[in-house]
Amino acid sequence: MTAARQTWQVSLRGVRALLRQPGYLGITLTQPIIWLLLFGALFKAVTRIPGFHGGSYINFLTPGIVVMLAISSAGWTGMGFIEDINGGVMDRLLVSPVWRGALNAGTVVYAMLTIVIQTTVIVLLAWALGADYKGGVGGVLILVLLAGLLGAAFASLSNGLAVLTRQRETLIGAVSAVILPLTFLSSALMQQNLVPSWIRSVAKFNPVNWAVEAGRSAAMQKIDWGLVGSRFALLAALAVLCAIFATRAFARYQRSL
Amino acid sequence: MALAIDAHELIKTYPPDVRALDGLSLAVRAGTIFGLLGPNGAGKSTTVRVLTTLTQPDSGSARVAGIDVLADPCAVRRAIGVVGQKHGADPEATGRENLVLQGEFHGIVGAQLRARVTQSLERFGLADAAERQAKTYSGGMQRRLDVAMGLLHRPQVLFLDEPTTGLDPEARAQMWREIERLAGEERMTILLTTHYLEEADRLASQLAIVDRGRIVVEGPPEQLKSDLRGDRIEVELADSKDAGARVALERVSDLTEVKLEGRTLRARARDGSAAIPAVLAALDAHGVKATSVTLARPSLDDVYLQHAGRSFHRADSEHEEVAA
Repeated sequence: MTAARQTWQVSLRGVRALLRQPGYLGITLTQPIIWLLLFGALFKAVTRIPGFHGGSYINFLTPGIVVMLAISSAGWTGMGFIEDINGGVMDRLLVSPVWRGALNAGTVVYAMLTIVIQTTVIVLLAWALGADYKGGVGGVLILVLLAGLLGAAFASLSNGLAVLTRQRETLIGAVSAVILPLTFLSSALMQQNLVPSWIRSVAKFNPVNWAVEAGRSAAMQKIDWGLVGSRFALLAALAVLCAIFATRAFARYQRSL
Repeated sequence: MALAIDAHELIKTYPPDVRALDGLSLAVRAGTIFGLLGPNGAGKSTTVRVLTTLTQPDSGSARVAGIDVLADPCAVRRAIGVVGQKHGADPEATGRENLVLQGEFHGIVGAQLRARVTQSLERFGLADAAERQAKTYSGGMQRRLDVAMGLLHRPQVLFLDEPTTGLDPEARAQMWREIERLAGEERMTILLTTHYLEEADRLASQLAIVDRGRIVVEGPPEQLKSDLRGDRIEVELADSKDAGARVALERVSDLTEVKLEGRTLRARARDGSAAIPAVLAALDAHGVKATSVTLARPSLDDVYLQHAGRSFHRADSEHEEVAA
C-alpha cells in the first residue's frame, strides 16, 4: 500500500513536469507521427519483395513502429535521475525513508504512461492511413501493453545505468548504441523469412522481437494465444529483473558517495 | 544526558587514496546545537553523509537518535531531517508539491499532510510562492524551502550541512534566527557544519574543529577560546616613554608576555576581564597614566591555528589548490 502510494507520488513528479512543458509534450507526440510517415514512405517497396506476405506495409510496419517508439522513449528515463543527482535532489530523496523500489517504479510508471499516449497516437494515425486491425480493439490493447512492458524493462535499465554512471554522455551513447541494432535484429521493419538466417537466430533472443511478433499477431492477424502468452510472460519477467537491477543500483550509488 | 548522536572511530576512504574520515568520533547531547567547523575538504560533509545514512563508513559505528545507522538505516531516516549543501527541492515542482512529496515519503498523508504543508509554507514565508515552481525562487527562498522540507516530518535530529553558504547577509541572519529558534523553542538536536567561524561561534553550544578527517579539538566555543593562553590586553599610555609601565605590569600576577611598543603596552591574561582591575591598580600605583584599555578575546581562528597548526584560511585555500 505504502509502496504503491510512494510509487504514484514519484510518477506524479514526471506527469506534472510534462504537463508544465507543453512544448515537450508536443515533441513526444510529433516524434511517433514523423516515424510512421517516414518509415512508411521509405520502406513502401518492401511489399513487392517476393516472399513478403504481410499484406500492406502499413499493416506490417505499425506494430514495429509502436515497439520501436516504446524503447526509444523509455531509454531516456534515466536522464531524470542524472539531473536529480547533479542537482542534489537525489541525496535528499535517499535520506528519506522512501522505498528505493518506488523511486524506480515511479519513473517506470511515468515512462509507461508516456508510451501509452504515444502509441495510441501512432495506432490512430496508422488506422487513418489504412491499417487494418484484424485483432480489433482488444488486439490493439495487447500490442500497446506489450510495448509498455518492453518499455518498462528499458526504463529500468536506463535508470540503473544512470544511477551507476551518473553521466549523460554514457546514457546517450548506450541508448543510441542499442535502439537501432535491436530494431534491425527484429521483425519490426522486415519480415523474418526475408532476412539472413543468423539474424533470425539472434532475433529469437531479442526482447524487441518478442514484443513485435506477439503485438503484430494480436493486433494485425488472427491472434496466436500461445505466442502472445509466452512473449508476455517473458517480457514481464524481463521487466521485473530490470526493476530489481535498477533498485539495487541505488545501494551501489550510496556506497560510492 | 542522552546522546542524540554518538559516533565512534569513523573511517571512510575514497579511491584512489583519499582518507576523508580518519577515526572521527563525535558525541552530541540531545537538544543542543553542535557545530562541526573546518575548512573545505576537512571531512564535515562526509561525516554528515555517514550519520544521515546516505553512505556507509569503511569502519566505525554510529548511533543517531539511539538507532544504529548501519543496522537500521531506515529507522534513522524516519528520525532525522537533512538540509544538504545543494538544494534538495525539485526545481520543476512547486513549493507545495515538494513539501507534499516529502510528507508522503515520511508516511504523512491526507488532511494532516495538507494542514502541515500549509502551516510550514506560512512559517517559512513561502505562502505567496507556494504554487510557483521552486526554480523561480530566490536563493534565500530556496534555502527556506530546503529547511521546511527537512523539518516537515518533525525530526528529532536535524542535520544542516553548510546551511548559509551562498546566502546574502540578510538571508543568513534570518537563517541564524530560525536555527536558534528551533533549538530554543523546539528543543531539537541540530548538527551544523560550517566553514564560517562566526557562524559556529554564534550558533553552536558545542563545537568540534575538524581537520583532515579527525576532530582536533572539541568544547563549547567560549571554553575553546579561553583554553588558549588567554585574552589579549592592550593599554594605550598617555606618555610613550613611561618605562615604569612595563615594570608595573610585570608585577601583576596572572599576566604573561608583557611587551611595550611605543605607547602600546600588550599583555596576555588567562582571564582578561578579571585582570583589568589589577592592571589599572598597578599602573595607578606606579603613577602611569593610561588613556584606554582594550580587551580582545581570542577568536576561533586562533583556536584553529593552535590545534590544526595552520590558519583556517590557509587550510581552506590549500584544499582548493589540491582540488584544482
